[in-house]
Amino acid sequence: MASLIACPHCGPRPKEEFTVRGDAGITRPAPDAGEDAWHAYVYLRDNPRGRHKEHWHHTSGCRRWLVVERDTMTHAVYTVTDASAPGETA
Amino acid sequence: MSSYRLPKGGRVDRAKPLDFTFDGKPMQGFAGDTLASALLANGRQLVGRSFKYHRPRGILTAGAAEPNALVTIGEGGRTEANTRATLVELYRGLTAKSQNRWPSVDFDLGAVNSLLSPFLGAGFYYKTFMWPAAFWEKVYEPIIRKAAGLGRATYQPDPDSYEKCWAHCDLLVIGAGSAGLAAALTAGRAGTRVILADEGFEPGGSLLSETAPVGGKPTADLLANIVAELTDMPNVRIFSRTTAFGWYDGNVFGAVESVQKNTATVNPNQPVERIWRIAAKQAILASGAEERPLVFGGNDIPGVMMAGAMRSYLNRQAIAPGKSTVIFTNDASGYATAADLEAVGLNIAAIVDSRQDAARTWSGKARILAGAVVVDANGGKSLKGVTVLNSGRTETIEADALGMSGGWSPIIHLACHRGAKPVWSDDKAAFLAPEKQEGLTIAGAAAGIGSVEACLADGAGKAVAALQSLGFSNATTAFAAKADTATVSKPLWRIHGSKGKAFVDYQNDVHLKDLGLAVSEGYGHVELAKRYTTNGMATDQGKLSNINAIGILAEARKVSPADVGTTTFRPFYTPLSFGALTGASKGKHFQPVRKSPLHDWAKKNGAVFVETGLWYRSSWFPKSGETTWRESVDREVLNIRKNAGICDVSTLGKIEIFGKDAAEFLNRVYCNAFLKLPVGKARYGLMLREDGMIYDDGTTSRLGETHFFMTTTTAYAAGVMNHLEFCAQALWPDLDVQFSSSTDQWAQIAVAGPKSRLILQTLVDEDISDAAFPFLGAKEVSLCGGKLTGRLFRISFSGELAYELAVPAGYGEAIADAIMEAGKPHGICPYGVEALGVMRIEKGHVTHSEINGTVIPSDLGFAKMVSTTKPDFIGKAMLSREGMTADDRLSLVGVKPLDPSTTFKTGSHILADGATPSLDNDQGYVSSSCYSPNLGSTIGLALVKHGPKRHGEHVTVWNDLKNEYTKAVLCSPVFFDPENGKLHG
Repeated sequence: MASLIACPHCGPRPKEEFTVRGDAGITRPAPDAGEDAWHAYVYLRDNPRGRHKEHWHHTSGCRRWLVVERDTMTHAVYTVTDASAPGETA
Repeated sequence: MSSYRLPKGGRVDRAKPLDFTFDGKPMQGFAGDTLASALLANGRQLVGRSFKYHRPRGILTAGAAEPNALVTIGEGGRTEANTRATLVELYRGLTAKSQNRWPSVDFDLGAVNSLLSPFLGAGFYYKTFMWPAAFWEKVYEPIIRKAAGLGRATYQPDPDSYEKCWAHCDLLVIGAGSAGLAAALTAGRAGTRVILADEGFEPGGSLLSETAPVGGKPTADLLANIVAELTDMPNVRIFSRTTAFGWYDGNVFGAVESVQKNTATVNPNQPVERIWRIAAKQAILASGAEERPLVFGGNDIPGVMMAGAMRSYLNRQAIAPGKSTVIFTNDASGYATAADLEAVGLNIAAIVDSRQDAARTWSGKARILAGAVVVDANGGKSLKGVTVLNSGRTETIEADALGMSGGWSPIIHLACHRGAKPVWSDDKAAFLAPEKQEGLTIAGAAAGIGSVEACLADGAGKAVAALQSLGFSNATTAFAAKADTATVSKPLWRIHGSKGKAFVDYQNDVHLKDLGLAVSEGYGHVELAKRYTTNGMATDQGKLSNINAIGILAEARKVSPADVGTTTFRPFYTPLSFGALTGASKGKHFQPVRKSPLHDWAKKNGAVFVETGLWYRSSWFPKSGETTWRESVDREVLNIRKNAGICDVSTLGKIEIFGKDAAEFLNRVYCNAFLKLPVGKARYGLMLREDGMIYDDGTTSRLGETHFFMTTTTAYAAGVMNHLEFCAQALWPDLDVQFSSSTDQWAQIAVAGPKSRLILQTLVDEDISDAAFPFLGAKEVSLCGGKLTGRLFRISFSGELAYELAVPAGYGEAIADAIMEAGKPHGICPYGVEALGVMRIEKGHVTHSEINGTVIPSDLGFAKMVSTTKPDFIGKAMLSREGMTADDRLSLVGVKPLDPSTTFKTGSHILADGATPSLDNDQGYVSSSCYSPNLGSTIGLALVKHGPKRHGEHVTVWNDLKNEYTKAVLCSPVFFDPENGKLHG
């Protein structure tokens, strides 16, 4: 686990200030998208080895939801962006 | 004879004598001593007994790798077991005790284990486990438990404090030896922020015991100049007594600083130890090298010591190892020790050098036995002499000290903490870590460099490179480049022909034969051999032993050490105290305490508090004469239903919601409609999870067109806030909505009971009659003649005519006092969460006892609340799943005993009348229950299959844990005032 997360609003902060929600690669389906799409959204998660995008909440900081792209094997953090940024919304 | 202090020399301050005790015996050392050097100065070489065979053991090293000299320091709550005497800075009043001996370290009954050693070899545990279990339990384990062991922890609390902090720097330098000092000096002169961390109480590392001049100047002067220059630099911080113990992601290093471990008079306002998390842009690991022991018979007899340690004790603390010393070496460093010993007039009986082409440059007095080896050291509790094998002949040499050197191994632990594997170098005859990893460079002896001048140059050069990578182009090396003049010898992994036990891992008593046995029994893989023999598994983690074990395994398997490989290096480099790891998080600081703004009000009214999460909530308010909690709660409930009561509900989560899309947002996060909630009205809302289960409930009021005020349950306040933020930021960032938690900003008071309006009207300036302020009204009100503005909500959890009044937190106690005063003539009483619970069960209101993560709205009778017209809300899609619509879902129902004199407990299960108790016949369970003083009976809420269709059905309430069966009847969950007459009263 990374020791420091570079919050785009607060700068590098210790990981203890954050909470992880999980896979940010999923998009909330339309209400009528059907059972399969909803099942996948609610229950199915990838557990990749390597690059992975996750939702992290800067709970004890600016309270923004962030998308952290990190390597699950090396723990390197590649990018941290605000979850509301275009292209990142869930 | 034994070790002693020379009359002059060394870096100790003879003007500062320090008294201490060892095993109760008074002794004296000087400032600048370690406990180990002070013991040696007092002729105390035997300091402990070994783990398994209880062999007498002496001080072997002068540093962190010490496997033998583990002692217990301190008394009472300050007792610290397994402390390495070599790292303990001597202080006045220090008390040290030897370990693992009975009755004394000089006479230890456990030494009988040595006679049992044929049965205690490698794999002993594994083999014994295969014997009949009873044999293990009754015979072996008690014996082993009694015999083996280290120091004992105290049961008394630690009186001292500890702390953790962060530090930040451009360059972290780990180790203040030659390479580290040169790196720090180079970076310091460039004006960068430098932290220099070193485990010693004095910077210098091996320079402190170096006698050879550097660049023609005395080493001591060079060291003093560097330290003085660094100390004067405001951009350089020197952390002495600080061990860097781990390298973590993001180039963060863990280090532990001993702040007050060097004193018997602890200042209570300072921590004794401090853990640093150092975020370094770049780091240089200059942790030096560890000298390798030689594996020959009796290499653990007190008096046998690492040659480098012998040199360190001589030059730093003026310790003579004995009257007559033998040096056994396969490396140049044995000669450096011999030269320094001779320089102060001590006798070297012989230098035994395993190399045929030994020491062409030796100019000392001692005779050299080239191509010879020490096969056995002789003696019991102290060394008497050595047996040397020289050209096929054995010779016995009398000696009371033996310095051994098997070459050097770079200390690369930290460089391997993040996954890098050490690689065997034939050139250096050692395992090396990658010299450069992102953020970390290895310098000096840790990188396999031998000579002091080359280490200085290496540290300086690597600092320049590290700083250049950070964009500091002005750094120039403090020391010019210098080639390494040190030579590396072929390693000597073991001596053949020893009679005595030749120890590899001193601390775990693993000897040569154990490793041989591991190989012959098929456990030759380095990871298997480690576990089979326990080599490297003691508290020193094999700092001395692993390399020799690898070499011996390689020889036995006839492969290169490269093929054997190493076991994995993991933090921590040296053991950490639990105190340091705990930091400030103990006692009342273990977790925060949350107190409502009305806590003191409740306290002065006699509340009994209950911990709910971090909160302390008032539970009930006993009156004098009441002896049981039930008495108090029954009285409170009856009084509220007859008169009025006042309750602190400040712990409910409170969230202010603003924005022109606030209504639309709420409409999406609640399953019921909020879009058209009028200003001035409150509404009960059900929030679902995306899987359709109920997440939380509460009332949300519209205070303005674009301003809502949400309340959540106490337990889910933080979770709901996070959830709302996720929805707004990640799901629907296009909505204009903002939140602010205001849980701590408002004191919120429930006033319930038929007389509540009467009482509150005396404080509220506006008319709060039923016509002016009907049920579910919500508005800002003026209080006490305009002195204060608050928020008033006409909502009820008790089923009574009731209000909740919120005032700014600081006014809470005053307003609560005023309500009590106004209510006195009307019989008002304070009540707590117990009475609250009774009244809500009487009314069939649910809490998280029912909202337990398995229920959907229709399970609790809320089917009609779920909007069928909203296009979307959280949980909508999944509510229509198969299973969510099944008609035998566990659903809310009331339950009460047929005979009011009988009772049942929450958690009991429901069986159809007459059914055999079994999980197959399980119909559901009681989710909440209490005694209702209004009904004069136990009542409960239950989640039961087909519940709502079974009102009137007789069932059995089954508590298998207590073997209790209660005849009961299912009924409406609303036990009291089902017409809600009182609510609207």
